[in-house]
Parts: sequence; structure tokens; C-alpha cells
Amino acid sequence: MKLTRRGFLGAVGAAGVAAAAPNNAQAWQSKAPPDPYGCLVDLTRCIGCRKCEQACNEVNRLPEPAVRFDDLTVLDAKRRPDHDTFTVINRYYPGRLDDRAKPAPTFVKVQCMHCQDPACVSACITGALTKEDNGAVHYDVGKCIGCRYCMAACPFEIPAYEYHDPITPRVRKCTFCFERISKEGGKPGCASICPVEAITFGRRNELLLLAKKRIENDPGKYVDRVYGEKEVGGTSWLYVSNVDFEKVGFQKLPEQPMPGITETIQSSLFSYLWSPLALFGVLGAVMGLTGRKEENHDA
Amino acid sequence: MTHKPTPVDRPFWTPGTLVMLALMIAAAVTLVIRYTYGLSAVSNLNNHYPWGIWIGLDVASGVALAAGGFTTAFLAHIMGRHYYEAVTRPALLTAALGYTFVALAVSIDIGRTWAIWKPVFYQNHNSALFEVAMCVMVYVTVLWIEFIPVLAERLGKKIPLLAFLDRTLDKTMWVFIILGVVLSCMHQSSLGTLLVIAPTKVSPLWYTPFLPLLFLTSAFAVGYPMVVVETTIATSSLKLESEMNVLTPLSKITVLLLGIYMVLKIGDLVLRGAYVTLLDGSAQSTAFLVEVGLGVVIPWIMLLFKAVRQSRRLLFTTALMIVLGVMLNRFNVFVVSFKAPYATHPYYPAIGEILVTVGAVATIFFLYRVFVTHFPVLSAQRQEVSR
Repeated sequence: MKLTRRGFLGAVGAAGVAAAAPNNAQAWQSKAPPDPYGCLVDLTRCIGCRKCEQACNEVNRLPEPAVRFDDLTVLDAKRRPDHDTFTVINRYYPGRLDDRAKPAPTFVKVQCMHCQDPACVSACITGALTKEDNGAVHYDVGKCIGCRYCMAACPFEIPAYEYHDPITPRVRKCTFCFERISKEGGKPGCASICPVEAITFGRRNELLLLAKKRIENDPGKYVDRVYGEKEVGGTSWLYVSNVDFEKVGFQKLPEQPMPGITETIQSSLFSYLWSPLALFGVLGAVMGLTGRKEENHDA
Repeated sequence: MTHKPTPVDRPFWTPGTLVMLALMIAAAVTLVIRYTYGLSAVSNLNNHYPWGIWIGLDVASGVALAAGGFTTAFLAHIMGRHYYEAVTRPALLTAALGYTFVALAVSIDIGRTWAIWKPVFYQNHNSALFEVAMCVMVYVTVLWIEFIPVLAERLGKKIPLLAFLDRTLDKTMWVFIILGVVLSCMHQSSLGTLLVIAPTKVSPLWYTPFLPLLFLTSAFAVGYPMVVVETTIATSSLKLESEMNVLTPLSKITVLLLGIYMVLKIGDLVLRGAYVTLLDGSAQSTAFLVEVGLGVVIPWIMLLFKAVRQSRRLLFTTALMIVLGVMLNRFNVFVVSFKAPYATHPYYPAIGEILVTVGAVATIFFLYRVFVTHFPVLSAQRQEVSR
């Protein structure tokens, strides 16, 4: 009796689920905000003064650094942002010569790019990372469990971790000065202090036009490319340069947003849990059939 | 059927169990340091390499090697091949212990161990890790529910609750058995989805959108070899009959399952054209060749021979190669293939990471021994007793 019921249940389950198999396995759609803020960094203007690093440190109330911000010897080594430094300036000598035929430096500011379709946001197990309408990739420590999948996923290798903290470590990265830019007329700390206007804050769409205009007005100076326009589907931070980006620490990255494939896999397989339910139904039916066969055999 | 699982009547304290205990203590000391001074005090994890062997070996390989649980349940209970029931209990015990330690490894690795419950309430359905976490959470519970009858057989009289649960479960166990297989298929594949989000950081030898399919089919393939390995170790160290009458037919099924994985794995490599880097002599291509050559192709060829399938020693060697091959695959995908674009040094596991991993394995062996000594898990007869 029991076995027959089991087979029946399984068959019903399989049939029902087969009918309900979703037709919503559509192509992946970007969730990028339509009109986010951004920053345009002009590498031809940056003089490597580290004022932006200092402003970042102050507005985010980060710990005092071991070396003072006016000490430029730190530029001798390449640095990365870490748990108490959200932005760094690196100096490169990509082979360009100045007026006196000496190698000319190029300074590159590094921080979270605030991707339009961020891998970290898609990866985050609890949704502690979110892409806000204003463009910021925002971190909510209250949801974080510290799995560090965001760090594994980030193509720019930006999120840093407080590995020294045994109980309550946080993921740390540039916040895009979320509080400041949420206020009318507010700018990120770095953009507001830059003495040579190497960082321009504004709407991303307008910054893209500005970047292209600068390139157009001086094609002999600029490389014809806006880094961040298309990389990984676009980033809120954009760069223009007079040297090849790959020579000054930028990676060659695909134009497809990073979450496209995984989100397609997850949603086409698991929306409404259709595939697990279908599998459950099929296995139930098989189990019922084999069980019944045995019941007959035993009788 | 002739099988009847019984507790093993052997002295518990042996040099083997004492070594296990020593390794467990070393791991425990490491954990005290980890929870006093942070992950950096015991691991080489850093901002370039956020995941190390605790994820690559303890979690990813641990989940894969526990596949014996759902693959034997499928065969014996769902397909109704009761002949194989002799190996379902030890496989179930290994899976239950394995998954319990996967959950523990995860909670040690995540920075905020106390926050491990948060994904239940804060859900990101786009995250493959969210799905893995949910499946593992439910599956650990399901495995221990499936184990209740074993506990009840022994303790039912002393603990009335166990006997009551056992009676209640009798009618509904089929739900948990099927659920176990479904959950396994889900998270075995989704573990492979994890790094699909980082195409620029995973070596092209391993990076493919079909990683979830490769993870699933390799889990199918490693299930029965794992049963061969654990049964052979258990029966030889406890001086029991070898159970070759079950292991030989299981390895015949493995020829098919491992063959499917092999075709997909090599086919994917060829179609993507990634094989061009195979002979560049790098550590990565060597790791790939060892993984696929020694872990898949050679053992598959060996299994084709009846002599191998019927020889206890050869079958054990072959099965061990497959098990190590799948372990190496998970390690390769999560650790060896991971290219951190701005790292200045490669990642190597720290002593602390190794101690915790080894200690976890020792604990599994130790608890397996405790369970087979006190509960009716193993069906094999003592060697002295002629059948």
C-alpha cells in the first residue's frame, strides 16, 4: 500500500513539475543604474602629490599611516589599497620622455572602480554588497559573514580584509564617499581636494562625453580610449591617459559584465526551484516503480 | 540478503587512534590562535588570495569525496538494488561526518564565524555560494536524519526519543533519501559555478562555463571509488572480510560514470582550444596533466580490466587514484588555477592551515572509528569466521 502511494506521489510530482517548467529562462539583463555618478581621472594631469590619499584617510577616519602623506618616497614601490588605505597613487615610467629627455613619470590612482554590474555584488552570499542608484558599490557590515567571495570575484582585486581581527573583521574598500555624495553638491574626498583637477566628479554619462571631448581636442596627446567605458560592462570610475593603459598597471579585461554567466546558470536552473522539484519527482517515480516491482516479487 | 550491520568488536585504542588524537590536538591549538589573533596569525591568506586550502581542500574536496553517500543511496534505495545495501551505511556515515566537517571548515574560514546563520535571512539568489550554503545546511540535517535508524538500533532502548523518531521516520524515510540525492546534485554542481564569475582570474586550463557540469559528473564518478577506498581501509585495518563481492560490481558502474566525466572534461578542453598551453612546463599545466592523466585516464583504462576489478589490491589502488584525482581537481580549480593579477608572491598554505586540515581529516577517521565500534555500521564479517 505504502509503496503504491509512493509511486503515485512521484508520478504526480513529475507530471506537475514538467508542466510548470519555466519559460522565464531569458537572456541575462544588466542591472546597472541608468544615471550613476562617476569620477573621471586624467592621468595626464596627476602630479602624484598624494593629497587625495590624505583626504580619503581623513574623511573615512582611517588610522594614521606609518609614513606621512607628504613623503613621496613611498612611490618608489607599487602599492595596493588595503584594509586601512582605500586609495593609493602608484608611479610608473612607461617610457615617455619629458622636455629635457628624461623619463617622465605617470601617476595612477587606484581605488574601487564601482562597476556598473559588479561581480562582488552578484557573488555576495548575503547581499551585503549592493550597487546603489548613485553609482556606489555599498558595503553593509551588518550582513557580512566574511566569506570573502567578493574578493575572489573582483576582477580589479580591490576588496581588502581585516585578517588580523579574530572575531569581527570587515571587508574594506573605497566607499565612493557614499554619505558625502548622497548630499546635494557633495563630492568624494579625493575629488574635492585634488589641486590639479585630475579627478572630475559628476554624472557618469556626462563624464564619458567630457572624456571623449578631451581626447578629440588633443588627439596627439591622449590615447583614444576611455578605460572603464566598456571594461567588465562599464565602471563608474573612468580614466583617460597619454600612455597605453596596460603599461601603467591596468588590466586588459573583457567587455562582458562578470556576473552574466553565473546569474544565467543560477536563474535558468533554479528559478522557482523547478529543476530540483522535477528531479525529486522523477526520482520519486523511479523509487515507486522499483519498490512496487519488488513488492510483487516478494508476494 | 546476507548482510547484517553489527558493531565492530575490536579494541578502540590503537597506535592509529592515538596518532589521530595527537593531530586533533595540534589542530585545536591552531584554532585557539586563530580565534585569538585572527586569520592572519595562522594562514597565508591575504588580499590577493582570499581563499586557500581550507576552501580548496576542506570544503570543495570534502564535499566531492562525500559523494559516496548520495550515489550509494541512489543505487540501493532509489534504483532498488538492495544488493548494495551493505555499503550504504558506511558511505552514509562518511558523508554525514564529511559534511559536518565541511560546515565546520567553512565556519573556521569565514571571518565572522558567529554570523554563519545570516544567509538564511539575508539571501542573494544570484550567488552560487548562497545556494551551496543552503544545500549544505539542509543536507547535513538530512544525512543525520538518515542516520537515526542506525543510532536507534543501538540506543533506542536507552533513549526513547530516538526510538520514537525511528518509528516516525520509517514511513517518511523515502522523502529524505530522495531529498539527499536532489540536494547533492544541486550543490555539487553549484560548487563548480563559484569561480565562473571570475573568468580573468582562473587559468584557461580549468575555466569553462561548464565547470558546474564537470563538478557534478566528477562527483558522480568519485562516489563509488570513494566507497571502495573507505571500505578497503576499514575492513583491512579492522581485519574484516573485504566485501569485494559488492565493490567489484560497483567499479563496473564507475567505468561508465568516470568515462562520461572523462569525455566531457577532455572534450571541453579541446573545444575551447585551451590544450595549447598544456606543454608549456608551467606548474599549472603539470598539475592539470597529473589531475587528468593519473586521476582520470589511467584509472579508467585500468578499470576496463576484469583482473583489476576483482583484485582487492589493484582495485584499491585504482579507486585511490580516482579519489586523489578528483581531490586534485578541486584543489586545482580553487587554488592552483587562481591567478591574482596584482600578487607579488604566490600563495602557499601556512603550517596553521595544514594543521587544521590534517586535524579535520584525523577527526573524521577518529569519529568513524568511534561510530563503527559502537554502532551497527559495517556489515563485513570478521575474517576468522568462515561464511
